[in-house]
Amino acid sequence: MTYAAETRELTRIFKRKAKRHLFKRKPAEDGEKENGGPVKALDHVSLTIKEGELFGLLGPNGAGKTTLIKVLCTLLLPTSGSAYVAGFDVSKDVGQIRRKINMVSGGETSGYGLLTTRENIWMFSQFYGIPTKVAKQRIDDLMHTFGLTDKKNTKVRTLSTGERQKMNMIRGFVTDPEILFLDEPTLGLDVNASRTIREYVMNWVRKREHKTVLLTTHYMAEADMMCDRVAIIDQGRVLALDTPANLKKMIRKESTVQLEVDTLKSTAPLGVIKGINNFSSKDDIVRNVTSLTIIVEEESAISDIMSAISAQGSKIRSLRKTDPTLEDVFISMVGKGLEE
Amino acid sequence: MSDPGFFQLNVRALLGRSYPRVVGGMRELSWIFFETVLPLLSIAAYVFIYKAFLRPNPSPDQLNMVNALIGYVVIGGTMTAFWLNVLWSMASQLYWEKEVGNLQLYMMAPMSRMALLGGMAVGGMFMTSTRAITTLVVGVFIFSIVITITNPLLILAVFFVTLIALYGMGMMFASLYLLYGREAWNLSALMEEPIFLLSGFYFPVKALGQAVAIGASIIPATLGLDALRQLMFSGGGPGSQFYFFSPELELAVLCVLAAVFLVLAKLSLAYLEKLAKREGRLTTRHQ
Repeated sequence: MTYAAETRELTRIFKRKAKRHLFKRKPAEDGEKENGGPVKALDHVSLTIKEGELFGLLGPNGAGKTTLIKVLCTLLLPTSGSAYVAGFDVSKDVGQIRRKINMVSGGETSGYGLLTTRENIWMFSQFYGIPTKVAKQRIDDLMHTFGLTDKKNTKVRTLSTGERQKMNMIRGFVTDPEILFLDEPTLGLDVNASRTIREYVMNWVRKREHKTVLLTTHYMAEADMMCDRVAIIDQGRVLALDTPANLKKMIRKESTVQLEVDTLKSTAPLGVIKGINNFSSKDDIVRNVTSLTIIVEEESAISDIMSAISAQGSKIRSLRKTDPTLEDVFISMVGKGLEE
Repeated sequence: MSDPGFFQLNVRALLGRSYPRVVGGMRELSWIFFETVLPLLSIAAYVFIYKAFLRPNPSPDQLNMVNALIGYVVIGGTMTAFWLNVLWSMASQLYWEKEVGNLQLYMMAPMSRMALLGGMAVGGMFMTSTRAITTLVVGVFIFSIVITITNPLLILAVFFVTLIALYGMGMMFASLYLLYGREAWNLSALMEEPIFLLSGFYFPVKALGQAVAIGASIIPATLGLDALRQLMFSGGGPGSQFYFFSPELELAVLCVLAAVFLVLAKLSLAYLEKLAKREGRLTTRHQ
């Protein structure tokens, strides 16, 4: 069976070679180092993405999500292992792969500020050989869908962040790729812009045949809502891969307790309480609050948690028990939240 | 929709990439002042020096000589626009594309890398040509230069092959600049003024001596300028002792330079792409 994308024991190591210098320079001062140890961005990653699937890669910054996308987009070579897109090897068959894919990243600033939105997208469509008439029709349709029609003759440099990202999304869709890679496409966008993008992506995959999306995100709700299957990735390794529902079932026997307490001096005492599987904490300096998400195996642990918090002189502001979310799955596996 | 063929894909890609320079450049009308009026000032300085050679009641030969020398300066000033465009815009373009995040999108597109570089060059040539022609026309008009054209086809051939060779050189530099980052920009500063001297932008290059002129011929502007001057001022000028080679031979050498630079540009970008994929940097911002 041919998958939309497949990796087998894919490993990517960045060696951090010294920067090339054209002119001789003085040695680095104050311990500044240009060479570092190798970084394993992907560590024996094996996964398959089916045709027609909206596949999510969920992980914190530096987990290896973008590296995986770049390997699949033929921008990086694997250090070892192999990767295939639409059945073609990323190391050998770049020409075939590039005709079938496109990529959009969050916070992208691509294009030229002097061009209008429509001209900019048209320009990128030409790199895929789309006839101008077809490209312009698609651009107009997509601009209408994304609510950008009134900006089509606006210079790119005057667009807001949300408008710019919508333009980037249109750039991704205008080539009608078989496989679209979306790298944190809603990063930094407001609720409305994010919703427009999410809805369009979901409809694009569901309503059209043979379209596949690989989405990376660190927004749990986004992955939960959009993806058919999700791979949780951390430090270059795939920790779990399943549907969001099945991932959540993995910790169903456990409970998630969310607390807001006065800022804690230390969360270390929580780590030794029996019955706690894992937990994450986040301090809000402005509100003087520590938010805790704790995965408990035994509900009796809750009273121990409250005692440990009180022992630090901290007051509990709120406590609630919630259904497990993908974030809880992540915390349960990694021992930290995605935004830590 | 069926996939476009290789030729269709790359012609569209080339035109697409040239578009921002062709259209975008025209949207900043300040260029009329900065790139037409200001270059005329430096041209004027040389023009007044040459005019100072004229004695009262000059002979027709003297008038012809000074007319040709002033013409040399105006043509040199016109070609300056192309040289600066190659040096500061073409050569640094890929580095700049990387910084704004365009380069990785270009690299993952199915087009040929030569279509990308070719689009940058064609756009640059078009944009700069409008500026250079404006400088030429205004210069000829203001300084009342008499041009004698005997072989317009050869002039056109020399002009376009010079541009192809110059931009081929710029395409090659583009990969080099990407490899070395901002440091390579010092090369531009290092090359700008010396090339004005060595390539004879404002005087016949042979005045520097045969050996220097041959060495400077690696820069396509050197032979291009010499050939254009011979072809446009055949009725006067400092005489054949200041002309380098025949225009036909200079055209032949320019054709070779153009081919060599284009091949080197293709090879260097292919090498760079390979390096980028292996090392995981160069094409991607912040890597």
